[in-house]
Amino acid sequence: MSTRSANRKSSIPELVIRPEYEISDIAQAKTGDVARKLSLVERIWNINGVRKVVILLGLVSAWQAYTVGLDVEPLMLPSFLVSLTTLFNALFYGDLIYKVWFSVKVLLIGYSAGLALAAILILWATANRFGSDFIAMATAMFNPLPAIALLPLAMLWFGLGTPSLVFVLIHSVLWAVALSTHSGFENVSHTLRMIGRNYGLKGIFYVLKILFPAALPSILAGMKIGWAFAWRTLIGAELVFGASSGSGGLGWYIFESSQNIDTDGVFAGLFMVILFGIVVENVVFRNIEIRTVNRWGMQR
Amino acid sequence: MAKRNGSAAGIKPAADTTQPILNVDGVTLQYKTKEHLITATYRVGFDVYPADRFVLLGPSGCGKSTLLKGIAGYMKPVEGAIRLKGREISEPGPDRVMVFQEFDQLLPWKTVKQNIIFALHNGGKTDTAAEAEEIAMEYITKVKLTGFEDTFPHMLSGGMKQRVAIARGMAMEPDVLLMDEPFAALDALTRLQMQKELLQLWEDTHFTVLFVTHSIEEALIVGSRILVMSPHPGQVKAELNAHHLNHDNVGDKKFAKVQQHIHDMLFADRILEEDVQPGARG
Amino acid sequence: MSTMPNVLVRSEFEAADIGKAETGDVARKLTLFERISDMNSVRKLSILVLVIAAWELYTRFSGVSELILPKFSATAEALYLAVVSEQLLAMVWNSMTVLVTGYAIGLAIATLLTTAATMTRFGNDILSTLTAMLNPLPAIALLPLALLWFGLGADAIIFTLLHSVIWPVALNAHVGFMSVSETQRMVGQNYGLRGLVYVAKLLIPAAFPQILMGLKIGWAYAWRTLIAAELVFGGSISDTSEGASGGLGWFIFANQMDLQIAHVFAGLFTVILVGVFVENVIFNAIENRTVRRWGMQAR
Repeated sequence: MSTRSANRKSSIPELVIRPEYEISDIAQAKTGDVARKLSLVERIWNINGVRKVVILLGLVSAWQAYTVGLDVEPLMLPSFLVSLTTLFNALFYGDLIYKVWFSVKVLLIGYSAGLALAAILILWATANRFGSDFIAMATAMFNPLPAIALLPLAMLWFGLGTPSLVFVLIHSVLWAVALSTHSGFENVSHTLRMIGRNYGLKGIFYVLKILFPAALPSILAGMKIGWAFAWRTLIGAELVFGASSGSGGLGWYIFESSQNIDTDGVFAGLFMVILFGIVVENVVFRNIEIRTVNRWGMQR
Repeated sequence: MAKRNGSAAGIKPAADTTQPILNVDGVTLQYKTKEHLITATYRVGFDVYPADRFVLLGPSGCGKSTLLKGIAGYMKPVEGAIRLKGREISEPGPDRVMVFQEFDQLLPWKTVKQNIIFALHNGGKTDTAAEAEEIAMEYITKVKLTGFEDTFPHMLSGGMKQRVAIARGMAMEPDVLLMDEPFAALDALTRLQMQKELLQLWEDTHFTVLFVTHSIEEALIVGSRILVMSPHPGQVKAELNAHHLNHDNVGDKKFAKVQQHIHDMLFADRILEEDVQPGARG
Repeated sequence: MSTMPNVLVRSEFEAADIGKAETGDVARKLTLFERISDMNSVRKLSILVLVIAAWELYTRFSGVSELILPKFSATAEALYLAVVSEQLLAMVWNSMTVLVTGYAIGLAIATLLTTAATMTRFGNDILSTLTAMLNPLPAIALLPLALLWFGLGADAIIFTLLHSVIWPVALNAHVGFMSVSETQRMVGQNYGLRGLVYVAKLLIPAAFPQILMGLKIGWAYAWRTLIAAELVFGGSISDTSEGASGGLGWFIFANQMDLQIAHVFAGLFTVILVGVFVENVIFNAIENRTVRRWGMQAR
């Protein structure tokens, strides 16, 4: 270190002063391409969708080639085309579509009831500190409790059937949404709060016009997590107890197929679960995000 | 084009005794956006000598920041060459340390001191932890941040963050310190303060610095030599001396004259640009 | 326009000696009661006590059936009995062993996937296609297949746990890597970081808030999947394993079948305790030491 500084001190360079110059005829320079469009192939390959579809096709053909080429036992792993045909048949000639509808109906009831309860709890929490403490306490306790663990109790209280499913769905949605909304509200910037007060907003209007939009990114995140939990809980619950609730849903269809060692039926059911999940996540939630938080620049 | 490089070699008497440390020779830089291939600079050439406070000055879109990234090694020129001490630059390295405009250039998971030690350690400047610690503290003192060495960046103000970044850059003792509008995001008073401090630091060791700005005043205050660039694509317009100008001259005639001269140069250009290439942006 | 007021020019002044003003209370300590009721833990604890008291009083005096809602005291007793004489702790241990195994293998696979996705555009496309398809698929739905492929046993549960961990972790880590600021990337390269060193010393800490979020979501999914899997198939699985004790989910299911509702509640308490421990102790400690200390918390 000492040698370092010594070297530095002894060899301080001096400024080199050289003459100035100006170039007067700059506008005449041949600039080549300042901006050129990329080639068509480059641009098509740059489209994410194109590359993803190619990959998807690759994966599917690998599956098909593996099962057909190696002659895999179809009871263990049916080929892609067989599974697809089963899905097609179940949808158009079987009752799969009703089973999907049954699941979706229960899901919607549970999800919206959960959201409504969460809203009430949150309003209470913003109104007074006791409510706020209660929410913090309850979410901390119930959020880590998997909703499906409540199913045995629910069946005891509400009997076998839709009410039990709705009960566990509410539990799976409520705490996730309440937790993220509550923390979203608490993180609304002080400036925005003061602006709201400045314009004379009070009570419910203050919540609706300032807190809610400002905390929307966090609320949406909670709704997405809540949806994911609810979807997982429902499929799980139907797998377990769907049979007993009379007309089963999608989860029951999968379970039934696996009990019958109808493996291509299992895959058809899984396809349906994936499709529905993709629609909700990439169409429903994506659109809400594009119209709100992305448009407002609150999220990239 | 050859004329420009030729002139640089031909009419510099001082060049006989001292070799340029950095040589930018007819450099054309291009980058791709999703739809377009943009030419940021077109056959730009200049020499930087040791102890230069060399400023790249120009309006937005003249490719000065892109040029700095080229020198740092983040981009390869499609034409021409950039040489540091005669060796062609091919990738980023600790012999050219960059100070950015953005405050997030400090690693948020490291304290002020750890940020500097991180640089020293990974840049291969020190062998022992004790030595790195000593150098880090020396530079923290130099940029007047004593007492903040164990603070995490998110607790510092913007000016203090830039001081840490400058300390981190200088601690590396690079051949040339590259500064990309380092004071642009600061408030006017802090900026003035930082310019003064930078000049004081330069007085200590006469380090070589390449400084990008779009403020004519800042260029004249900070710079010893100014490369004026025109936009779309960036080309060299002039190279001027400013070693005789600093904060004390800001009000006087000499300063105002040079300032007006550069302003006219850039302003004339902007009209031309609108006539020639409407809508083209870099 | 006619009534537009003019500027009223007044004389200037400067205050010569500022300083010794009597400021009164600049800062006053709050009263003891104010300070105690400001302590979060105190307020939360009193709420908990209140809820428990209400539960106990309700069950004692409303005559609600023990089969619908047991008394709190009965639940506490059941929990005590289960721990002391019914090997509840061993069951928790069984569940956690399976969970940790699945979580760890899942993390390893997610790391490989993310590395590939960060290095090449092809890997990136593969990962985003796979996660878009498989992340919305509840892991528990794979359990029937897993039982078919791996038979009844811990292997089948671990397989489903893998699925529940890999996608959220890989997805979040990848998004985290992608959104590391260009400036920080350039800083890393500037100081000569390359390859794996660059990933370890720059990308991972810079993306840590996102990575941690993935780890938390992965844990939440895995925990839910495990309990569900044990509820469904715990019985059959425990029959084949030599310990014959099953996991926590099985404890709840078996007691519900026997109408031991106090024991069901005791099982649920245990699930909550484990969950609270992992989320509020383990993950909170990690957060306090990293992202919170660095001021990098996402929102």
